[in-house]
Amino acid sequence: MMRDRISDETIEYVAILAKLELSREEKEKILREMEKMLDYFSKLKEVDTSMIEPMSHLFDLSNVFREDQIEKQKKGEEILKNAPQVKDRMIHVPGTIEE
Amino acid sequence: MGLLNLTAVQLSAKIKAKEVAVIEALDAALEQIEKLERHIHAYVTIDWEGARRGAEEVQEKINKGELKGLLAGVPIGVKDNICTENLLTTCSSKMLKNFLPPYSAQAVENLKKEGAVIIGKTNMDEFAMGSTTETSAFGVTKNPWNEEHVPGGSSGGSAAAVAAGQCFFALGSDTGGSIRQPASYCGIVGMKPTYGTVSRYGLIAYGSSLEQIGPLCKDVTDCAAVLEGITSYDKKDSTSVLRKDKDFIKDLKENIKGMKIGIPKDYFGKGLSEEVKEAVLGAAKELEKRGASLEEFDLKHVSYAIPAYYVLACAEASSNLGRFDGVKYGYRAEEFHGLHQMYKKTRSQGFGTEVKKRIMIGSFVLREAYYEAYYLKALKVRALIKEEFHKAFEKYDILLGPTTPVTAPKLGDSLLDPMNMYLGDIYTIAVNLAGLPGISLPCGKDKKGLPIGLQLIGDCFMDKKVLQAAYAYEEARGRFVPCIDEKLKSWHS
Amino acid sequence: MEKKYETAIGLEIHVELSTKTKIFCSCPASFGEEPNTNICPVCTGMPGTLPVLNKKAVEYAIAVGLGTGCSITQYSKFDRKNYFYPDNPQNYQITQLYMPICTKGTLEIETKGGVKHISIREIHLEEDAGKLFHDQETHSSFVDYNRSGIPLIEIVTEPQMENGEEVIAFIKKLKFIIQYLGASDCKLQEGSMRVDVNLSVREAGIKELGVRTEMKNLNSFKAIERAIEGERERQQKILSQGGRIIQETRRWDDEKGLSFAMRGKEDAKDYRYFPDPDLAPLLISNEWIEEMKERQPEFRTEKIARYKREYSIPDYDIEWLTENKYLADFFEKTAELCRNPKKAANWIMVETMHLLKEKEMEPKELKYSPENLAKLIGMVDKKVINGDKAKEVFAHMFEQNTDPEKYVEENGLKAVRDERILQEAVEEVIAGNPKSVEDFIRGKEKVLGFFVGQTMKVLKGRGDPERITQLLKERLKEGL
Repeated sequence: MMRDRISDETIEYVAILAKLELSREEKEKILREMEKMLDYFSKLKEVDTSMIEPMSHLFDLSNVFREDQIEKQKKGEEILKNAPQVKDRMIHVPGTIEE
Repeated sequence: MGLLNLTAVQLSAKIKAKEVAVIEALDAALEQIEKLERHIHAYVTIDWEGARRGAEEVQEKINKGELKGLLAGVPIGVKDNICTENLLTTCSSKMLKNFLPPYSAQAVENLKKEGAVIIGKTNMDEFAMGSTTETSAFGVTKNPWNEEHVPGGSSGGSAAAVAAGQCFFALGSDTGGSIRQPASYCGIVGMKPTYGTVSRYGLIAYGSSLEQIGPLCKDVTDCAAVLEGITSYDKKDSTSVLRKDKDFIKDLKENIKGMKIGIPKDYFGKGLSEEVKEAVLGAAKELEKRGASLEEFDLKHVSYAIPAYYVLACAEASSNLGRFDGVKYGYRAEEFHGLHQMYKKTRSQGFGTEVKKRIMIGSFVLREAYYEAYYLKALKVRALIKEEFHKAFEKYDILLGPTTPVTAPKLGDSLLDPMNMYLGDIYTIAVNLAGLPGISLPCGKDKKGLPIGLQLIGDCFMDKKVLQAAYAYEEARGRFVPCIDEKLKSWHS
Repeated sequence: MEKKYETAIGLEIHVELSTKTKIFCSCPASFGEEPNTNICPVCTGMPGTLPVLNKKAVEYAIAVGLGTGCSITQYSKFDRKNYFYPDNPQNYQITQLYMPICTKGTLEIETKGGVKHISIREIHLEEDAGKLFHDQETHSSFVDYNRSGIPLIEIVTEPQMENGEEVIAFIKKLKFIIQYLGASDCKLQEGSMRVDVNLSVREAGIKELGVRTEMKNLNSFKAIERAIEGERERQQKILSQGGRIIQETRRWDDEKGLSFAMRGKEDAKDYRYFPDPDLAPLLISNEWIEEMKERQPEFRTEKIARYKREYSIPDYDIEWLTENKYLADFFEKTAELCRNPKKAANWIMVETMHLLKEKEMEPKELKYSPENLAKLIGMVDKKVINGDKAKEVFAHMFEQNTDPEKYVEENGLKAVRDERILQEAVEEVIAGNPKSVEDFIRGKEKVLGFFVGQTMKVLKGRGDPERITQLLKERLKEGL
């Protein structure tokens, strides 16, 4: 784990991943607090976990299934009602094919 | 004021006995809202008309004898990250300012079936990220006991509304203490049930593997009744667990003689205020008098709970909140050039700083090259913490400690030093990591007159024992006088 | 001296499973509906919604794994792959990175170069994205979430193929296995099977693989072959001029015969995978695997071998019939019932196909039963009806699954076998055509056909042409 500071490039890169555009003040504030958090995270290194399996699920639940049966919902209209821009039942977004 | 002194279960009994009409109960709560909302600001949305209609429908069903449950006719508040069909659900965020869900959360459905009447949606930290309700995009909520102090968070609106008599109970959600901590700050009872007990369907996700919906109530009996009402096995939630022992009310008053209570030394260390410590240990003594045995023990990995929690919660949040992008619902930036700018402008304008920070941290720790160092490591520490609790519960029925190290801080103080705010979650967070049931109930007040919370923790699926211990303490303690009578006078003068 | 190059090709094949519902919600997984009609809060990523896994999708994945010799992972999980795109409503795709449901399979292929084994690295389950439509003029895109959440399996091979022929052989083999399982219809053109080709070129003799590119948008076998050839040439040219290959995704334009790099200016590729906390792990027991094994069908390779042993029909027929499991099974039942495999094959390959094409139907939409076809074949074999009438009966049967025996009976289509009636008919025709009789006697044998036709007419088409010819020949010798 890293103790060193987070570089500008890293912050930019993570912001691209997270699709966030941070103002300068915001970036500085977040950077400062992130660094503190990461320092704190490095405390986890103290724990010996060499023999431990990571626990991604709390309980031993497995095979939670649905049967393959259609339940037609009539929510289509209501779902589209929430969309900012709709045309011909489709959701309008800026072009995804770049010129 | 008379009606407002009733608990939910008491009120419903009077309604069913035709001593009180549902609409009278609703009007009492609405009147209280009109009087106090400008001081407290517990609600984001108040559904004046919907609530009236709901009250009438419920009254009709009660008259016909169709509704007989413990909560029939009770006006309630619902935290604003819990979906309510055709009623704004904003997560206290600009991002969802205009979001009308076409469905209700399963917990809400369950309560509607019980005959509860939804007054409105309560304020919270934006997307449940915060411990003070100050990160709400729609203004801060104030602590009814002292409006210079925070009500806690993230279910601060729910806690304040219950404490101020603006509803008879409220639903909250608890990802790292978000029910128990505000309950503690506002002098009410709040419980996070065992993970999987209440369906998460319709709860707008923050940390999916950690959170549960739960009740914020005036007393333990209400808490048991509400939990019984919202507990259900839900096929729509793959992490839902079938609970056959959900008759929490029936066994509530069971004798606690012989109950073994463990007191983790690590919950009484550095950072804990003397006043809180005294009150909590005093509560332990009360339980001992009632026949429980007390023993101190070590829960040493608990100090790693906070870093592990923030790695996991931020990681899950960064993914869960990916869906807010201006495409399908919610806020979309007005000006942008092209798709990626739309994403970035929408998200940067729609989310507040605390949310952005946690998304950044989550995206940072999940980067493929660092996955093992952070996320996987945190999952391993989580396993260790769960194991440690498991061992403790081989010896003890219940663990006892404070809910928070201090009482409600002053408005504005916490956000100046967020790191310190995160550390304040120290006693509640491990419970979420291990999926355990935990309750907070008032056990005294500090010198400033602010309530102190006692936390009782049970083993997984031992929600009943937690409620029994809490009930026994409540009986021993006697009535905890609500703040409102005094406050009202001062606000009106 | 000119350098020699070698090519290594691996495939990533997405196959849409033919479940009735989507993978994580109960919306219909069907196509062709109006945009955004087969949607619900779950498959549009509405806040607060949660996925619940379709058991059938898991079973199809296991079945394909078993059919391709994979080991089934007994404990597997779903992961989230995080990236922003409007067709991906949650902005993460639920897939399996860390613990795919099947691993380490192999398929044997046969090409001109001989028999070869291609290793399958893994098969994993995931959800499909919605569909985007583009308007270049306004620079807008439009999202339809009907496809969002349709179950997919992704089959990933090792880079062990060397040319287009091997690739096509592999895909066909895989396609037949999946189709035989009923797990998908595997249509390249319609996108229910999507093949991405990873290709790298290196100097001959060098062990380490070159830098690879990934080619997308390959909608036919022809396109795949052309794209492979095109990309091999492009890379080879760059390398032979001392250049470097860039690892990238390229989009094949089959009309232009060229590929183009797909560049996302804004996209950092870091999918931040982690286990999806909303879905419970999969625990696939030995019993379940055994049960699935028992349910596996006889695959095409085995079927072909058995047909060669059991039926005396041409290899061409065997290849043809086994291309579609439904028709192959239909053939087997018919052949068993009528004990005339060649006739059964013919009726399926010629008459049935003709009508299927004419009516634009899929084989599985056939209405008539093997029992009825066998009866029809039997009646022809026993000369109860003649070939022409048989076709008439078949056309009826094709539409309404008519019992041919009943139909023949009710409509009086039985061949006339009474010798007296036959002879009377022959006499009538000869008496009525003295000129033609003379022609015949003078050696103009062609008129025999005319006489047969005329006699059939008298018999209202119900004669046995063979017997009539025989009778006519005998009678004509005698002259008028």
